[in-house]
Amino acid sequence: MSISAKNIGLFAVVFGLILLTGFMQSWNVALGIINMGLISAVMALGVNMQWGYAGLFNIGVMGFVALGGLGAVIVSMPPVNEAWAAGGLRLIFALVAGAATIVAAVFAWKRLPRGAVRTLGMLAILVVGFFVYRGLFDPAVEAIERVNPASTGYLGGLGLPILISWPIGGLLAAGAAWIVGKTALGLRSDYLAIATLGIAEIIIAVLKNEDWLSRGVKNVIGLPRPVPYEIDLQQNENFINWMTTWGYDPVIASSITVKLAYAGLFLVVLLVLLWLAQAALSSPWGRMMRAIRDNETAAEAMGKNVTKRHLQIFIIGSAVCGLAGAMMTTLDGQLTPGSYQPLRFTFLVWVMVIVGGSGNNFGAVLGGFLIWFLWVQVEPVGRWLMDTVTAGLADGSALKAHLVGSAAHMRLLTMGLILLIVLRFSPRGLIPER
Amino acid sequence: MDLVNALVALLNFVVIPATAYGAQLALGALGVTLIYGILRFSNFAHGDTMAFGAMATILVTWVLQGAGISFGPLPTALLALPVGIVAAAALLLATDKVVYRFYRRQRVTPVILVIVSMGVMFIYNGLVRFIIGPDDQSFGDGARFIINARQFRDMTGLSEPLAFKTSQGITIVTAVIVVAILFWFLNHTRTGKSMRAFSDNEDLALLSGINPDRVVKITWIIVAALATVAGVLYGLDKSFHPFTYFQLLLPVFAAAIVGGLGSPLGAIVGGFVIAYSEVTVTYAFKKVANYVLPENLEIDSLAQLLSTDYKFAVSFAILVIVLLFRPTGLFRGKAV
Repeated sequence: MSISAKNIGLFAVVFGLILLTGFMQSWNVALGIINMGLISAVMALGVNMQWGYAGLFNIGVMGFVALGGLGAVIVSMPPVNEAWAAGGLRLIFALVAGAATIVAAVFAWKRLPRGAVRTLGMLAILVVGFFVYRGLFDPAVEAIERVNPASTGYLGGLGLPILISWPIGGLLAAGAAWIVGKTALGLRSDYLAIATLGIAEIIIAVLKNEDWLSRGVKNVIGLPRPVPYEIDLQQNENFINWMTTWGYDPVIASSITVKLAYAGLFLVVLLVLLWLAQAALSSPWGRMMRAIRDNETAAEAMGKNVTKRHLQIFIIGSAVCGLAGAMMTTLDGQLTPGSYQPLRFTFLVWVMVIVGGSGNNFGAVLGGFLIWFLWVQVEPVGRWLMDTVTAGLADGSALKAHLVGSAAHMRLLTMGLILLIVLRFSPRGLIPER
Repeated sequence: MDLVNALVALLNFVVIPATAYGAQLALGALGVTLIYGILRFSNFAHGDTMAFGAMATILVTWVLQGAGISFGPLPTALLALPVGIVAAAALLLATDKVVYRFYRRQRVTPVILVIVSMGVMFIYNGLVRFIIGPDDQSFGDGARFIINARQFRDMTGLSEPLAFKTSQGITIVTAVIVVAILFWFLNHTRTGKSMRAFSDNEDLALLSGINPDRVVKITWIIVAALATVAGVLYGLDKSFHPFTYFQLLLPVFAAAIVGGLGSPLGAIVGGFVIAYSEVTVTYAFKKVANYVLPENLEIDSLAQLLSTDYKFAVSFAILVIVLLFRPTGLFRGKAV
């Protein structure tokens, strides 16, 4: 069996599993898996660029995904004019002052001669700048958050179509990645890992606490959609006529149509990205990246700027994660900062990349679908397993209740096992790099 | 101007909590740094090891409490601690045998071991949630305070109260004892010396006849003890919640890196640096300032640099600053 036949077979197996879900559970569940699978595949592509192409160990995926989600809010929600009037400009002024402080401090550090003057000067700039910033920032935030806190209490967005937010979400993530990369790249791989872990937690903390920006834990709900609403379809004469002539129930058909529309949009993004990623990988640039990954010293000796290339790929990969994050928030129709968990958004994506095959874009895509399918299906299977195991126990026994109740936590256990088994017996993943 | 009350307020809200938290972080960071020094990788499963050890201790504590056994004014959990350590050690040794040893034999690059430890982290995390559930568990008993606010007021007649929780006292005392034993072990016993030799130069250590398997085994046992003690103390002081242990990973690693990965002394200093900065930066100094400042200058604002939700940002900022200006940490750790 040739390699490509094996790969096609693997994809066929995964989609067979999803089809089976459609027949055995419901098409809604199957399409749900496909939609999140497409998004997961995009995330996995982003991580695969960083890890597979360049060997960068980024475990802050969650933060970049969340920034993408913030992008969706900022672009698509209607602006809250009252809040803008209350403190919008003051707030922007405060942020500019804060940024200027940091730029001035960096400038002072770079330009002043070494010595006590430089250290004290930089500290003085930072301290004074911080108090100026807080002095401007706090009243502005208070004014904004006082505007109708139950339904808005934030600045809102730009009121543009939500599709525009996908590239914007990517750009936001890219900006954050630039800041992280500037400070942490060039350090050892473990340090980059810890730094990205930290920045992800900070981004989530900002989203949770800066109510003026994202409404914090009050969540932004009801984001506009790029596809029609189920309720509109159900009231649309043509739609009902079509569906009834084809013999479908309009209510179920409407939700399936909406999911199919999302799937179409996501598929276009995934295919374009996959094409770009493949083209990049087989270009001289891709060969250079792999050369750097395999032997940094040799690549540097050949005149390649390793730090710069690392920064470049780190930004690109993070931007792809941000894009996926914006897509996910679009699909959910809401931004819920409290729901971002590192195990789900960082480490699960890593399992996808490792299981699929690091360094191979098709592997990452396969891993995205497969692991997401398992993530969704392990829970019902776990419950069934627990019911079977505990069938012999008396009803109402504490052990039985505990075991059945714990079935939900089978997910993490299973993901860890899958990761360890793949790393042990097939360390290059299901579809290895050539 | 009231310096005494200001000092008491500072002691109550900053010094005591930060010292207890610092001791917990230092114990956690010691485990991370030992694994880094001897097994040469960053163990991402460490937070969940702490959770597992604490969980085992809690289960035994419940059994003891059920049997009516108590430790007088001290929490029963201290009696259960040795069992928790044994359970954690068994888990770590089993993991090493099943998982890590294979990669050690293959001499893979450290980053692969880090990814492997990610898988182990998932499994431990799942295990803990599976056995004890994802919710808060309280298991502290015994006397709640060494000195409570009322006693302190009666004793000193100051207007500012001061409370010293038993859990904080126990944390500090236990940490001192554990660290003393660890340093004595590393510096004065044959096994400890062989561990340091192995950490300094593996090839040379092997040439001088040190048994690597034994060193690794003992390291895991010590790490299990440190992680369990840290986990239980943290749980007693705050509360046991599986997810918070995962989140402790960041400050613990920050402490280990700030001190210099692989340096035990550095881990302790790093733990206190991180803890004190977190608490000072997120504490609202209004009260202290108003005691110190003359009456006409009293401030209304909280005088809080950052809200408590940003404590991660503090450990992160310290980490970045140290890495930028002193990449090997304060105590010259190793750079693999």
